[in-house]
Amino acid sequence: MSVPDTIAGAARALRDGSVTAVDLLESVLERAHLTEAQLHAYLNIDRDGARAAAEAADADLAAGNDRGPLHGIPIALKDNMCTRGLETTAASQILAGYVPPYDATVVTSLREAGAVIVGKTNLDEFAMGSSTENSAYGPSFNPWDITRVPGGSSGGSAAAVAAGSAFGALGSDTGGSIRQPASLTGTVGVKPTYGTVSRYGLIAFASSLDQIGPITRTVEDAALLLQAIWGHDPRDATSYPGPYPDPAASLGAGVDGLRIGVVTELAGEGYEPAVESAVADMVAKLQEEGATVVEVSLPSFEIALSAYYLIAPAEASSNLARFDGVRYGLRVDGETTEEMMARTRGQGFGPEVVRRVLLGTYALSAGYYDAFYGQAQRVRAAIRADVARVFGEVDVLVSPTSPTVAFSAGARVDDPLAMYLSDICTIPSNLSGDPAMSVPIGLDEQGLPIGFQVMAPSLGEETMFRVAAEVERLAGFDARPEIPVVAG
Amino acid sequence: MPVDIDIAHVARLARIELTPEELETYRSQLGLILDHAARVQSLEGEPSVESSHGLGLESVYRDDEVEPSLDRDEVMASAPDSRDGYFVVPPALEQ
Amino acid sequence: MSWEAVIGIETHVELSTRSKMFCGCVVDFGAAPNTNVCPVCLGLPGALPVPNRKAIEGIIAIGLALNCEITERSVFHRKNYFYADLPKNYQISQYDVPVCHDGHLDVEVDGQTRRVGIERAHMEEDTGKSTHVGDGGRIDAASATLLDFNRSGVPLVEVVSRPDIRSAAEARVYAQELRAIVAELGVSDARLEEGSIRFDANVSIRPEGSEELGTKVEIKNMNSFRSLERAIEFEIARQIAAVEAGEELVQETRHWDEEAGETLSMRTKEGSSDYRYFADPDLVPLVVPADWVEEIRSTLPELPEQRRKRYAGLGLDPKSAEILSASSPVIRGLFDDALDAGAPAPAAFNWLTGEVTAWMRRTESEPSNLTGVRVAALIELVDTGVVSATAAKEVLEGVLAGEGEPRAVAEARDLVQVSDRGELAGAVEEVLAANSDAVERYRGGEEKVIGFLVGQVMRQTGGKADPKLVNELIRESLAGNG
Repeated sequence: MSVPDTIAGAARALRDGSVTAVDLLESVLERAHLTEAQLHAYLNIDRDGARAAAEAADADLAAGNDRGPLHGIPIALKDNMCTRGLETTAASQILAGYVPPYDATVVTSLREAGAVIVGKTNLDEFAMGSSTENSAYGPSFNPWDITRVPGGSSGGSAAAVAAGSAFGALGSDTGGSIRQPASLTGTVGVKPTYGTVSRYGLIAFASSLDQIGPITRTVEDAALLLQAIWGHDPRDATSYPGPYPDPAASLGAGVDGLRIGVVTELAGEGYEPAVESAVADMVAKLQEEGATVVEVSLPSFEIALSAYYLIAPAEASSNLARFDGVRYGLRVDGETTEEMMARTRGQGFGPEVVRRVLLGTYALSAGYYDAFYGQAQRVRAAIRADVARVFGEVDVLVSPTSPTVAFSAGARVDDPLAMYLSDICTIPSNLSGDPAMSVPIGLDEQGLPIGFQVMAPSLGEETMFRVAAEVERLAGFDARPEIPVVAG
Repeated sequence: MPVDIDIAHVARLARIELTPEELETYRSQLGLILDHAARVQSLEGEPSVESSHGLGLESVYRDDEVEPSLDRDEVMASAPDSRDGYFVVPPALEQ
Repeated sequence: MSWEAVIGIETHVELSTRSKMFCGCVVDFGAAPNTNVCPVCLGLPGALPVPNRKAIEGIIAIGLALNCEITERSVFHRKNYFYADLPKNYQISQYDVPVCHDGHLDVEVDGQTRRVGIERAHMEEDTGKSTHVGDGGRIDAASATLLDFNRSGVPLVEVVSRPDIRSAAEARVYAQELRAIVAELGVSDARLEEGSIRFDANVSIRPEGSEELGTKVEIKNMNSFRSLERAIEFEIARQIAAVEAGEELVQETRHWDEEAGETLSMRTKEGSSDYRYFADPDLVPLVVPADWVEEIRSTLPELPEQRRKRYAGLGLDPKSAEILSASSPVIRGLFDDALDAGAPAPAAFNWLTGEVTAWMRRTESEPSNLTGVRVAALIELVDTGVVSATAAKEVLEGVLAGEGEPRAVAEARDLVQVSDRGELAGAVEEVLAANSDAVERYRGGEEKVIGFLVGQVMRQTGGKADPKLVNELIRESLAGNG
C-alpha cells in the first residue's frame, strides 16, 4: 500500500477511503522501527495512546465527524511540551520520570483537531543548543548523514519528519531552534509571530523569545499544522487576541510585484560557499519571477547575537529556578533545603544548561544589570526599530537559514561560541518577534540540505508563506534521505 | 578580553553546587562568552525600552472566577517526598 | 543626648478575591493542604500567570483610600530568590513602577494629628506556608519542613510608608487606621490574628534634630497591635542603649518574641539578597486609564477619617465621634437614619452606643426591629415628656422585641406619663394639703423637701406623672400661695 507522505496528501487519502488513520500510524511506526536505532529522533513513542487516538479518529470520520485537515494525522511533539499522563523530560535528568498532570494548550488543540500524537522527540536539554547533542538521553542524528547532527534544539522533531517517522512535528524556536534543524534536515520549519501560538504548557526557556511552530515536509503542510495550533489562549497573557491572518490564502500567488530584501549582514565570513551560492541562485530566480530584489542593511544585526546571549540566558536563569527537587523531578538529598536544592541542580542540569543559567544570573546581578541585561534590551529595541524601518521598504527579508550545512557530531561541543554562531541568521526574528521560516532548496556537494530563510513583519504570515511556496516550487526539492538500515 | 567574574558567588545565587574544577571551567568559558556579549555596549544612542512584547499587548486580565484545582493525588504522585498531603523538605538554614 | 525614633511600617494585605492572583484556584483558608493548587500556583513546568482584574481593582481602591497617585502604566517584575515555599523560586511582584505611589495617611495620637507619607502600594503574590516539625532549629534526622501551597498565589498588596512615624504609639495608630480602611473598603478580611493583614516595622534612631538616617533594623513577627507597639518600644530602647554604650548597630532583621518581650537577631544571611529584578516577560504592562480610576473612586465607601469628620460636623464631640466611628455598621447605619429622621446627634449617639449596643451584646442578636425612624421617635417621646427617661428604656426593650412603634409600646405597657397640667394640678393640691409640715419646711428654706413631695405625687398617680412637670407645678403652687 502506498501511503502519501505529506499531511495534505494523507488528508485526501483518508477522505477518499484509500487509507485509514490506523494505516497512517502503522506506516509511521514502521519507519520509526527502521530508523530509530540510527537517528534516535524519539525519546518516547506512545504506541498505546497513538493507537487509541488513531482508532478514535477512524470512528469519528466514519460517523461523519470530520475535525479538519489534521484529523487522523500522526504528529510528533518535542519533549518540552507537557502531555498529561505521558512522561515529559525536556531532555534533562532533572525531569527524569516526570509526568505532567496537564496538557499544553497546543496539545489540547491537536487532540481536538483529531491529530494522533505519536510520541515525544529528542531535543537539546531545555531547548538550549543547536545540535541536539546536549540531550541528557543521548544525541539525535541527521537522516541525510548519520555521522552528523540534525541541528537543534528541535533536532528530534526535524529528524523524525525528514525520516518519515512522523507526518509533521511541533518544535519550539527561541533563537532558531525550529528553523535551523529544518534547514539541516531538508524540511520546512516555521517560527510564527510571537504571541500567536500559546506557550501554556511549553517548558519555558526564554519567555519573550520562545514560540512553538510546525516542522513539515512541505510549505502547504506547515500552513495546515500552524492553523491547527495557533490562536488566542486566555491562559497565556502574552497571547495575541486576533485577528489572525490566513497563511494558506496566497500559496499559489507567486512573487510578482513583491519586494524582497537581501540582508547584507547575513553573509560573508563563516558562511559556506555552497550555502551562499544556493541562496543567491534562488534570489535570482525569484527576481526572474517578477520580484524586486534590493540589498538592505540592518546594522543592529551585528550585535543581535550578543544581545540574545544576554537576554535568553537571563530569562532562562529565572525560568529554571523552579527545578529544585521540592515538588517534582529529581531530588538529591541534603541536610538543609539549600543543600538539597544546590545538589539537585548541580547534578540534574547538564553543562550547557549550567553555563546559561550562570551567564543569565550574572547578567541580572547587582552591579552588572545595566551594562549587560539592561543594555541588551536597548539593542533589542534598536533591532525592532531597524526591522520596522526596513519592512517599510520591502515585503520580506531573505537570507540563508544557517551559515553552514549539518556539521559532524562532536565538532562544536567543546566550543560554545562556535556553537552559538549557528544561530546568527535566525536570532534577529526572535528578538523582533516577527515570523520567519526555512524552506529546503537543495543539497550541497556532500548531499547535505541547504535552507532558505524568509522573514516577514509581524502577522505577515500570508506574504511569508506566499514567498516560501514560490521558493519551494522553484527549488523543486523532493529528495528523500536514504537512511542506512541497521539489522534488527 | 575575557571578563573576570566571581563564579562562586554566581553559582551560590543560582543555587547550583559545583566542584572547584567545574567552577574554574565555567569561569573561563563565561569570561569568553561575556566578552562577546559585551558588544551590546557598542550601541550608540538610547533607544527607548518599551515592553518586550512585539505586538504591544497591554492590560491582559482574567475575571475573578474560580476554576477547578488539580487532584491532590495526581500532584503528590510527582512529589519526591510527601506526608499527609504536605510536600516534605529538609529544614531551611535561613528563616 | 536626645534621641528621635524614625519608624516606617510595611504592611501586607491579603485580598479577599474569590480566586488567586494569577490563576483560578479558590482562595480558601482552612482547606486541607495542597487541595487548592494548579500548575500555575504550584510552579509546574510550562505554567503561565494571568492577572486577576478584581485584585487590580482592589489595589487601586486601597491606593485611592490612601490618597495615592495611580500609575498609568505599571509593570510586574520578578523578584528572584530561592525558598522552598516559593514554588517558582521567584515572586511576581513590582519594582520601580508600582500601581500606587505618593499618598498619605493622617494619624491622630493624643489629640495631635500627624501625616504619615505612603511611599507606594504594589501588587504581588503570596507564598506557600511552611511548618517545621521535629527539633526546632537543630538539624537532625527527625526535623523537616512541611509545605502547603494553598496560600501560594493569593493576591497580596504591599503598602510601604515613609519613615515619618516617630513613636511606637503612632505606629500602632497607623496600623489600626490602615486596617480599618482596608476592612471598610471590603477588599480584605484584614484580620491580624489570621494573617490576612501583616505588619513589619523598620526602626532606627538618630540624634534629635539630625536629618540623617541611622542604621535601620527590620522587626517581624508582631501578631497583634499591642505586640506591634511593645516590639517597637523595645527596639527603640535597645538601639538607644546600644549606641550609648558605644556599640555599633547592625542592619539586620529581628524577630519579636512575645513571651520573652524582646526582639531577637535572626541568623544573618550569607551576604545581602540580590533579587535580580527584571520585568516579567510572561506578563504585559498594566495600563490603568483615568476613567477606570474614577469608576473605582465613585464606588469607594465612606472611610473612617471622613466619617469622623462628618460626625464632628453633626455636633458630636471628638471622643464620641471616634467611638461611633469604631462601632459596628449596624449602629452607624441606625445613627445616620435617626439623624435623617430628625433626631439630635448627641441623644441618638447615647441611645445607640449605650442601651442598644448593650442589648445586642446581651441577646447576641441584631436589632432588626429598630429603625432610625423609631430611634428618632423614641427620643422625641422623652423630649416631649410623654415618657420619662427611665420608662423610655422599657419602651426601647419593647420596640426591640418587636412590639411595634415606640408610642404604641409606651401605651400598651402603660408607660405614658401624665403631662397634662390640669390633670396633675388636682393631685398636686391633694398632696400639698396632706403634707403641710413638709410644705412648711420647704417654705423655711429646705429645697430638697421638694423631692419628697414630688415622690408623693408620683405615688398618688401610680408613677405615671411627669416628674419634671410635677416639680414645676409644686414650685408654682408654693410660690404662689403665701
